[in-house]
Amino acid sequence: MPKLLAIDFLLILASAWAAIGLAGLAAPRNTRFISKILFPLGALVALCVGGVGLCALGAPAETAVLGIGLPDLPFHLRLDNLTAVFVMLLGCVSVGISIYAAGYFRDGAGTAPGLLCLEYHVFLASMLMVLLADDAYAFMVAWETMALSSFFLVTTNHQHAEIRRAGYLYLLIAHVGAIAILLSFGVMTANSGDYTFAGMRAQQLSPFWASAAYLLALVGFGAKAGLLPVHVWLPEAHPAAPSPVSALMSGVMLKTAIYGLLRVSFDLVGTPLWWWGVVALAVGLATALFGVLYATVQSDMKRLLAYSSIENIGLLAVGIGLALIFHSYRMEALAALALTAVFYHCLAHAGFKSLLFLCTGSVLHATKERNLGKLGGLIHRMPWVAWLALVGVIASAGLPPLSGFVSEWLLLQGFLFSPGLPHSWLNMVVPVAAALVALVAALAGFAMVKFYGIIFLGQMREAALKDAHDAGLWEKVGLVWLALLTLLLGVMPATVILRIDAATRQLLGKGLAERIDDHGWWLLAPIAPARASYAPILFLVTIVLSVWLGRWLVHRLYHGRVRRSPAWDCGYFFQGPRAQDTAEGFSQPIRRIFEPMFRMERHFPSARDTAPYYSVKVEDHFWHWLYLPIARLAGWISTLITNLQGGRIAIYLMYSFVTLIVLLLVARP
Amino acid sequence: MSSIPLSAQFINLFAAIILLLAFAMLAQRRVLQLIDLFALQGATLFLSTLTVALTTGQAHLYGSAALTLVLKAILLPWILHRLVRKLNIKGEVEPLINIPTTMLVGLVLVIIAFNVALPISQLAHTITRGTLGIALAVVMLAFLMMITRRKAITQVVGFLSMENGLFLAATSATYGMPMVVELGIALDVLVGAIILGVFFFQIRDQFDSLDIHHMEKLKDS
Amino acid sequence: MISISGLIGQLFAIALALALAPLLSGWVGMCRAWLQSRTAPPLWQPYYMLHKLFHKDVVLAEGASSLFRVAPFVMFGCMVLACAIVPSLSTDLPFAPAADALALVGVFGLARIFIALAAMDIGTSFGTLGGRREMLIGFLAEPALLMVIFTVAMIAQSTSVATIVETLAHRDFYIHPSLAFAGVAFTFVSLAENARVPVDNPATHLELTMIHEAMILEYSGRHLALIEWAASLKLYAYSCLGLAFFFPWGIAAGDSFPALLAAIPLLVLKLAIGGVLLAGIETINAKLRIFRAPEFLGTAFLLAVLGLLVRLLLETKL
Repeated sequence: MPKLLAIDFLLILASAWAAIGLAGLAAPRNTRFISKILFPLGALVALCVGGVGLCALGAPAETAVLGIGLPDLPFHLRLDNLTAVFVMLLGCVSVGISIYAAGYFRDGAGTAPGLLCLEYHVFLASMLMVLLADDAYAFMVAWETMALSSFFLVTTNHQHAEIRRAGYLYLLIAHVGAIAILLSFGVMTANSGDYTFAGMRAQQLSPFWASAAYLLALVGFGAKAGLLPVHVWLPEAHPAAPSPVSALMSGVMLKTAIYGLLRVSFDLVGTPLWWWGVVALAVGLATALFGVLYATVQSDMKRLLAYSSIENIGLLAVGIGLALIFHSYRMEALAALALTAVFYHCLAHAGFKSLLFLCTGSVLHATKERNLGKLGGLIHRMPWVAWLALVGVIASAGLPPLSGFVSEWLLLQGFLFSPGLPHSWLNMVVPVAAALVALVAALAGFAMVKFYGIIFLGQMREAALKDAHDAGLWEKVGLVWLALLTLLLGVMPATVILRIDAATRQLLGKGLAERIDDHGWWLLAPIAPARASYAPILFLVTIVLSVWLGRWLVHRLYHGRVRRSPAWDCGYFFQGPRAQDTAEGFSQPIRRIFEPMFRMERHFPSARDTAPYYSVKVEDHFWHWLYLPIARLAGWISTLITNLQGGRIAIYLMYSFVTLIVLLLVARP
Repeated sequence: MSSIPLSAQFINLFAAIILLLAFAMLAQRRVLQLIDLFALQGATLFLSTLTVALTTGQAHLYGSAALTLVLKAILLPWILHRLVRKLNIKGEVEPLINIPTTMLVGLVLVIIAFNVALPISQLAHTITRGTLGIALAVVMLAFLMMITRRKAITQVVGFLSMENGLFLAATSATYGMPMVVELGIALDVLVGAIILGVFFFQIRDQFDSLDIHHMEKLKDS
Repeated sequence: MISISGLIGQLFAIALALALAPLLSGWVGMCRAWLQSRTAPPLWQPYYMLHKLFHKDVVLAEGASSLFRVAPFVMFGCMVLACAIVPSLSTDLPFAPAADALALVGVFGLARIFIALAAMDIGTSFGTLGGRREMLIGFLAEPALLMVIFTVAMIAQSTSVATIVETLAHRDFYIHPSLAFAGVAFTFVSLAENARVPVDNPATHLELTMIHEAMILEYSGRHLALIEWAASLKLYAYSCLGLAFFFPWGIAAGDSFPALLAAIPLLVLKLAIGGVLLAGIETINAKLRIFRAPEFLGTAFLLAVLGLLVRLLLETKL
């Protein structure tokens, strides 16, 4: 029996997922079988995938060749350290999501559960194949499968027109991106006919073609990740999909796009130029600022989280840009710092964003409401979901001691060392970019306070919310898994970085490990302790100890009596739940300060209105600047072309006749 | 860094304060406070020139310093105060674009000025050649103030502030200009101020207000 | 490993912070009263108030959740951590490795989020008003504070506050214009973060003008005592941070008990002078309209960036 390599094991696990999906087809309407047996099996497979990814970090790269596909065009697969990081991410996060999904999917209108099971597990398997692919052919096949299966997942509730529209937009932009990626791969093969990644690595491209490949990859992978200006599908598709699917898309699928971008810019295309990093930095900053500003003004809880995902993708692009700048100037130690920040943020974001989306899924189940204006006070009826969502909210706002803070800290440390660059303009502009990153992080805190406060706190804005129920057992287990993951990433950063450092070393030649190693698991000091150090366990222990000690001391020395009374109403005793802030009201300061960034349609009542109302609608500028003009252009060209369809048969025969004559004239020997 | 002598540190400090005052003038909403800030800028310029004079021992720089103090810190602000009272100009400055945006544009200009000045200042031989970038930034900020304000009085203050920046550049980069050049520039500024003052009265007589947008009516169509 | 003397020193520094913080608030209140020609309350007034509040029953609103009851303790814990991290007496205490300036900003942010969420918990218009305004001030103050830290960290080549203090206190005297800019910006930011005039009036009784007070409107008894104590600890931490960045002379370099004791008089003197200056600023300025506060903080941000640029231009070798 030949020795089983890790990559073979992963292929077996991928086929296991496909088999689970097909098993779902056998009993398409049997919800109990699918949700209580198949999804937990899928979670088990995901656990193994995560484990294999973890073990593969630091091991030498393994390759495999799969004979499927066309004859003479086999799939090449490869498991190296970069892939292993993302495989680990995929596995660990999908465990939680699959367990949650076991409790989430119930009977109802829309796609049959068996079909859903097939699409879901094919989606997971295709993402794994994207990560493993080692040539352009396998990559594109897996990429397309991923896009198609996620399209079907997004349109699960296809009886609603706006969900169909969201799915269509998603598929459209996914294919635009796929074309750009294909062109990028084409440029990188440089006419040699060798479409494997190993062949692309060996090519020596001129700066023009290397830049072309990089920019095409940025556009193509950016379309899948949600960078400006090809982000418009994200706020439509994520809310339209069922919550576990949104979590999977936001947490894992966006990271495969980041994986692709990293693979192209650090591995395949050779030594980068400094301005590539500047482009990524600028696009990333614009995306992050845009995403977070729009997140603060949303009225739909899932759209808010979708825009927050756009913000985090922007931050990832900022990190990639910074790493590219350092790499192009051969400042490898600093590039390693920035790249580690990127990897860590991928892991952290996958964890907390999935947690938040799954919590909204529970809220949706309990209340059937997505609109923030009809929620409120749910912490009383759904304590488990509320407290686990608090973990996600604190991590998303980038606060210690959870995972979001570590990646932000590493990124800011990278920015701090940028004035050592040999380029004077970059020296001055890049620290200002750091200030914008801090602004984005602070605005993310605003958006998260709005999200949590309006859904879970305050008074219930609708009477029906009193009947809300807490999450079921399966859902709770999934949420707790993801919360524990977030906590672990926050409290033990040094251990995690030591493992993923193998990927940094592979891409850059240098990592952070040798410096971190001597300080123990509890201190993170990426350069030297005297320069910058962070001990999250100390934070956690001190805060918990102070809380506990404070409570004990106060109750010992004084007393613990409590009385209940109505809230302070300043004499206005007609106040009800409608007196507290609406979602739009909470974000009014942001709308006022950042007015040019939004496209707002406002309605104010006049004195003569018999049914006065206030309304404000916030729309995306990019729709009106970019997409609607392109759509109008496409429509105009189409109407021109319809002129060819005269309707008379003589005209059609003449087309063939003229073409024949032209060919005879042109193709003379 | 500790090898830089104390006098050069002081000159750097004064240059930084002048830049700060240029920014403060850009952010200022009230006309009277604007003129006071300009006076303060002149006083700081006097201190800076005095320090250069003490360090290099050039006699004519003492004269320049005295001239700066008398003209820029005392006489011109007093004249401007009288003008404001006589023309009964109301208190606010009336910017064209709002103040936060103006400040952001000013920041970008500062970055441009610093980067443009870096290679040039490498050619100079003085210890305080870094202040060339600051001087250029002050000139550009003053220019920005002239462009983005409506009231005619702020144009004058901006024009005079530009001259402050030029003077700073001269004293710090080359340790002072020849007296002839300096008197020439001072005369230019004086004549410019007189002409602008004449214009003020003419504009106010014609349009009953000092808002320069009324001058847009002076077109053929 | 952590030595016993180091641990005792650290606990002593924390206990000193807990004891001195209300005294600092009392001193600022006294100076304000003198400057406004009023009779001043006694210096120990904040202690009397804390004692009174701890004795009282907690009166909870009917809709309050468990988050509302936990938030004061969490805020108190965060402020204790902040005071432990900022080197007020010595730079060599065991918490020094965790004393990262960026992490400190994060701890303040954590306290702010908890109290803003607690404000939204009651579900009245005042709570959400306070929460919204506090997050508005917060998101503008954070970039400004970060730029200040960047400027200072670039001079000291480190973000560890302990290292910054050691570098700035023990080098030759050198005038840094960038530090002057950063200092002014830091003053603006700490006025905003500690809810002082001109951003917020801590003595106001009109709900519509409140920012910080509106969030704690529903708190009473021991919860309110903890929040007031935490607010004075925040002022203490910010003051010590400002002293550490801009006036670091006098902070001990070792962790022996005599060294810590010797550092106390200078600390008290510096804090007293700071208190007088704070009272002066509060008396001279009027409270800003709420939408002028973003401009105020924007000015602070621009000053900090200007300080950074001036450092890059003037103070690095050409």
